Amino acid sequence: MKKSKKYMVISIISMICFLVLWELATDVFHVFPEYSMPSPIKTLQAFVMKLTNTTPDGSILLVHVVASLKVALAGYLLGALAGIPLGILMAWYKPVDLFIKPIFDLIRPIPPIGWVPIMILLFGIDLKSKAMVIFVSAVIPCIINAYTGIKQTSEVHINVGKTFGLTKFQILGKIAIPTALPMIFTGLRVSLGVAWMTLVAAELVAATKGLGYMLQIARTIGRPDIIVMGMLVIAGVGAILTGTLEFLEKKFVRR
Amino acid sequence: MDGKREVTVRCKNLCKTFYAKNRKQDEENEVIRNLNLEVRENEFLVLFGPGQCGKTTILNILAGLEKASSGELEVNGKQVDGPSSDRGMVYQKTALFPWMNVIKNVSFGPRMQGVKKEEWQKWAQHYIDLVGLTGFESSYPVKLSGGMQQRVGIARAYCNNPDVIFMDEPFGHLDAQTRYLMEEEVERICSAEKRTVVFVTNNVEEAIYLADRIVVLNDMPTSVKKEYIIDLPRPRDYTSADFLALREEITRCVEVNEEG
Repeated sequence: MKKSKKYMVISIISMICFLVLWELATDVFHVFPEYSMPSPIKTLQAFVMKLTNTTPDGSILLVHVVASLKVALAGYLLGALAGIPLGILMAWYKPVDLFIKPIFDLIRPIPPIGWVPIMILLFGIDLKSKAMVIFVSAVIPCIINAYTGIKQTSEVHINVGKTFGLTKFQILGKIAIPTALPMIFTGLRVSLGVAWMTLVAAELVAATKGLGYMLQIARTIGRPDIIVMGMLVIAGVGAILTGTLEFLEKKFVRR
Repeated sequence: MDGKREVTVRCKNLCKTFYAKNRKQDEENEVIRNLNLEVRENEFLVLFGPGQCGKTTILNILAGLEKASSGELEVNGKQVDGPSSDRGMVYQKTALFPWMNVIKNVSFGPRMQGVKKEEWQKWAQHYIDLVGLTGFESSYPVKLSGGMQQRVGIARAYCNNPDVIFMDEPFGHLDAQTRYLMEEEVERICSAEKRTVVFVTNNVEEAIYLADRIVVLNDMPTSVKKEYIIDLPRPRDYTSADFLALREEITRCVEVNEEG
């Protein structure tokens, strides 16, 4: 208890140092010009302003957050629902692996953002195109981690299953998937991070709403306070998403 | 042997050769040559042999996890053509499922057969009590010592009520002290609940302490070298004159084997 308190104090001091340095570099010593770097106070003011004000981009902050979340979660859930079973089947059934692997290896090196243009042509610039980009970015870590997790099933455990008369399918369900569960959750965590990052990038290019769009508009009209505030909101939402997932993981996976 | 008890496991001219594809030529590795073995009902048979003489391979074949290259293998009059829940196995290293607690591990077999909860709980509790782990039902394997983990492994094999249990050097990874304790435990468990057991070891004391009959194996390719029927009264004393004499004799038997 005492130790964890001490660690918390160190973390809080670090945050304070960061804010003080930021304040010194802007309001006090003007290391950066005001039009390119806002002070922490200005950033906070922008945050309060955007809670209720629709200028300059046509929506209040909450609408942008919800728009981004909707796209990110839609693409992410699709990616997880497709990627995890696919990874599991590939790891467990050799023919599936051989069939999917070439396509997968071909697609994998394409950076998620590289999908944006073709998705816009296919689905327009609304939710669908970005959800598809997120899907592509989220599905890959899900497949890789589910695959690796299943492959980690120990030979001895498989033999135990066999000597208890289990079929190959039962061994998958009762032994391999429980073994893979921590890895599957790692995949979910990684792809959530990737999905959130990809989304903001995609919104910079093609959107009419969302956090990335808000940043982009703020840049064109020279409002660094909104940009930095937006970045912090993106960080905050990302942290909340990861935290939620970690909470779920603790409930489902022991160790 | 008295010859009255039924034969549970019978193998005749069992051979096993592994083929490994090497860079230049195919490599053949003959592990077992013409192994003949009979295990009788409720007998505690110890397969004793030097280091890497293919003992684990024999058990894997008996359990149906690996196929013999040639020869016949019957368990309870039925030809073996794959693993089955009639044959239980206790493994060298602990093979417990880390995501299941003790009672779930022990009851794994019955639960997979779709046995009702009241039933499997009763059986599992019985075997947990038998191996002396009462009170640890909801502990997870990581919290248990090596010896306790092997007890769970033994209870798990028993709980499925197999015709024969194979134990593959179950104490090989334990320290000497725990090993003695576990030998006494197995002695006690197997006297309390008679089962047909085939126990593999490379420790001569362990073999004499536990066995009704010891089968000494040749080094590769493995076949039966010699058999000893151990009829010392149980529980046995490691330091009794008869024990030491047997130990001397069996050790010499293996050494001669190694010299040629």
